[in-house]
Amino acid sequence: MADGAREAWITGIGIVSCLGEGADAHWLKLSEAKPSADTTTFAPYIVHPLAPINFDLQIPKKGDQRQMENWQRIGTYAAGLALDSAGVKGKTEVLSHMDMIVAAGGGERDLSVDSTILSGMPRAANPAGFLNERLMSDLRPTLFLAQLSNLLAGNISIVHGVTSSSRTFMGEESAGLDAVRIALSRIGAGQSDIALVGGAHNGERPDLIMLYEFAGLMLKDKFAPVWERVPGGFALGSLGAFLVIEAREHAEARGAKALARLASVVSDRRRRQPGNVTASLEGLWDKVKDRVDGKRAAVISGATGANPATAEERAFLAAHGELAVRATGTYLGHGLEPQFPMNLALATVALQHGSLFPPCDSTGLEKPMSGPLAQVVVTGVGHWRGEGLALVEKAG
Amino acid sequence: MAPTKDKMGRPIVVVTGVGVVTSLGAGKADNWAKLTSGVSGIHAITRFPTDGLKTRIAGSVDFLGQPDCTAALSEQLADLAAEEAIAQSGIGKAGDFPGPLFLAVPPIEMEWPHRLAVGARSGSNDTVTYSDLLRASDQFPAYHDRFLFGSVADHIAEKFGTRGSPISLSTACASGASAIQLGVEAIRRGDTDAALCIGTDGSVNPEAVIRFSLLSALSTSNDNPQKAARPFSKNRDGFVMAEGAGALVLESYDAARARGATILGVVEGCGEKTDAFHRTRSSPDGKPIIACIRNALEDAGLTPDDIDYVNAHGTSTPENDKMEYLGCSTVFGERISKLPISSNKSMIGHTLSAAGAIEAVFTVLTLQNQRMPPTVNYDVPDPAIPLDVVPNTARDATLKHAISNSFGFGGQNVSLVVGVEPA
Repeated sequence: MADGAREAWITGIGIVSCLGEGADAHWLKLSEAKPSADTTTFAPYIVHPLAPINFDLQIPKKGDQRQMENWQRIGTYAAGLALDSAGVKGKTEVLSHMDMIVAAGGGERDLSVDSTILSGMPRAANPAGFLNERLMSDLRPTLFLAQLSNLLAGNISIVHGVTSSSRTFMGEESAGLDAVRIALSRIGAGQSDIALVGGAHNGERPDLIMLYEFAGLMLKDKFAPVWERVPGGFALGSLGAFLVIEAREHAEARGAKALARLASVVSDRRRRQPGNVTASLEGLWDKVKDRVDGKRAAVISGATGANPATAEERAFLAAHGELAVRATGTYLGHGLEPQFPMNLALATVALQHGSLFPPCDSTGLEKPMSGPLAQVVVTGVGHWRGEGLALVEKAG
Repeated sequence: MAPTKDKMGRPIVVVTGVGVVTSLGAGKADNWAKLTSGVSGIHAITRFPTDGLKTRIAGSVDFLGQPDCTAALSEQLADLAAEEAIAQSGIGKAGDFPGPLFLAVPPIEMEWPHRLAVGARSGSNDTVTYSDLLRASDQFPAYHDRFLFGSVADHIAEKFGTRGSPISLSTACASGASAIQLGVEAIRRGDTDAALCIGTDGSVNPEAVIRFSLLSALSTSNDNPQKAARPFSKNRDGFVMAEGAGALVLESYDAARARGATILGVVEGCGEKTDAFHRTRSSPDGKPIIACIRNALEDAGLTPDDIDYVNAHGTSTPENDKMEYLGCSTVFGERISKLPISSNKSMIGHTLSAAGAIEAVFTVLTLQNQRMPPTVNYDVPDPAIPLDVVPNTARDATLKHAISNSFGFGGQNVSLVVGVEPA
């Protein structure tokens, strides 16, 4: 936060993942320290599937649900939870000046159409004509809208009535980091009073598994917590996470309570060469460290499990060993765009409880923390690009 | 000396460099000459066979060779536009741009040639499924970087040495304007003295054309491509997909003057307003578009009477042009019949993610040259939307303030107010 910037509160969170929905379900599962994953559906690749969700509860019109693919349903659902949590659901006056930044991927495929074309085109007499014909007749017209990155935001506007600004950031993990960073900067500078920020990811997609498997990044065969993975890899997770971030004065004027204070979000990008993740994190840490009280602070890491990024983050965290560390990717899997907002939400949940959940790591990096928790440093190191940190604090 | 803060006490944001590539050519000189001569860049698609397609025309950029994919062409276009804009501004040093990158880019996806290549390598003789593709995927390591959503911005950031984390963004057909708005906001906050804002789009590929075609959004006037984009005409029948990139170097007025930069224009205001009515259609009452334009005027500290020219979104779809008329006629009142409003898309087509940036560049050039590019193909006026569209021939005028509209699927509306340098 720049000098003189307005204080920003997190006044609402909406989260869904393999752990269930909402703050309590997530806290319960994190407290049990028994991660689980699906090792069979996409074997040998491991994923963390979404817990059963009744989408009707946040997306009442079936017609709306039909216009979406799953990543949009997950996000629209999580956004509704966040608005409920902040006490602004259905409050047109607030929603009409609420700004929105969504971190989105997109591009869900129709797997059967793809398979038909992949199978038939190489044998077709006129391959290009075959491709055109199949796409023209087999693609659902509305699939395009369900693939478009900015249509998660569009669906949130339609379903929940968030109608001030609507911006969609793309770019994997960085999209989530920068969505929160820019929303906070705008609030701090008085360019915005209240913002809905987050994203969604459907990890149960073979086309996405393929994208990351081009680089051999997927966790295969046997599940292990993030820090224990050799040689490394991530398990895709289905998750949605939205935050309502609000200027303190705006929250107080409408009688809203802070769940936490969002003190700082910083991000960077360096070409990935050995040592650059560490250097980037050190540079970011320098921007927040003076405000961190080591005795009452912990780190919630967004480490993916894929190396070399996770190995470098691990070395960085070990070098700052005074802070207890937890990697939520062990439980959630990796959801790319919404991972950082999700970890901000989980930091908020932990601060509400005033304590940190137990370690889940046999390598010794994650140490027990018994004392009260007042601050959480959230890390986000992209599997390929982008590094960021946030400082979330107990409010009041 | 003119003040360097605006009426709200914020740093004034100026444009010190612009670059543009469209189907008309590379660079602003060529583009401006053709745009003001009424030349169309729309042509039959030759990049891929169009057998069986309802729409077989586009404003594709073909003079850069056969592209490998949308991501690669979008990157090449952004690179060219950025190179031109930075060179004109004279800011920074080669590979060291002193500010962040805001890049409007189409959502990046793997495409058919690549999917088929993996399928062929899988060795499957019969039905090919994703399980087969996964068996061969580790043989294509370069596809990971290429088909990440953030790859284009990452490569542009690397080449031009922009600062911090580059932003890849999409607000559909308003993306280019949103990129500029993000840059303006960052400078106004004092986060930076400069920003590189780019909109790029190179997505004329079979599946993209078919997707828009299935939504009945595209013109099917295949037989006379140069006449296909007919914004505001009674016989308009859809937009024409097109490619290109626009880049702007934005700076605080203070920083630009301190280094003696030439000021090309001022981004005076930005407005946006989300429409929650429908995924592809505007609210029939036009309220979000009206609010968007009014927000931009308010942000600029101007009234409707201050605006001398409108660079229309003007896609040539029945829906857009009608709604843009409703929005403008409500905001500008009776003045709308005399207020010149023209659509660059009549010549360059709809450059999608790039449109807001390309048309902002053209708006800057319009003010610089005090000359309004025409709306071509305006042969059959639509009596329901009576406008001065600067029909068919460019026109000189005294222009101080112009507004550029961008509207997109998903309820995206952004308007920018651009002005000449303060006296």
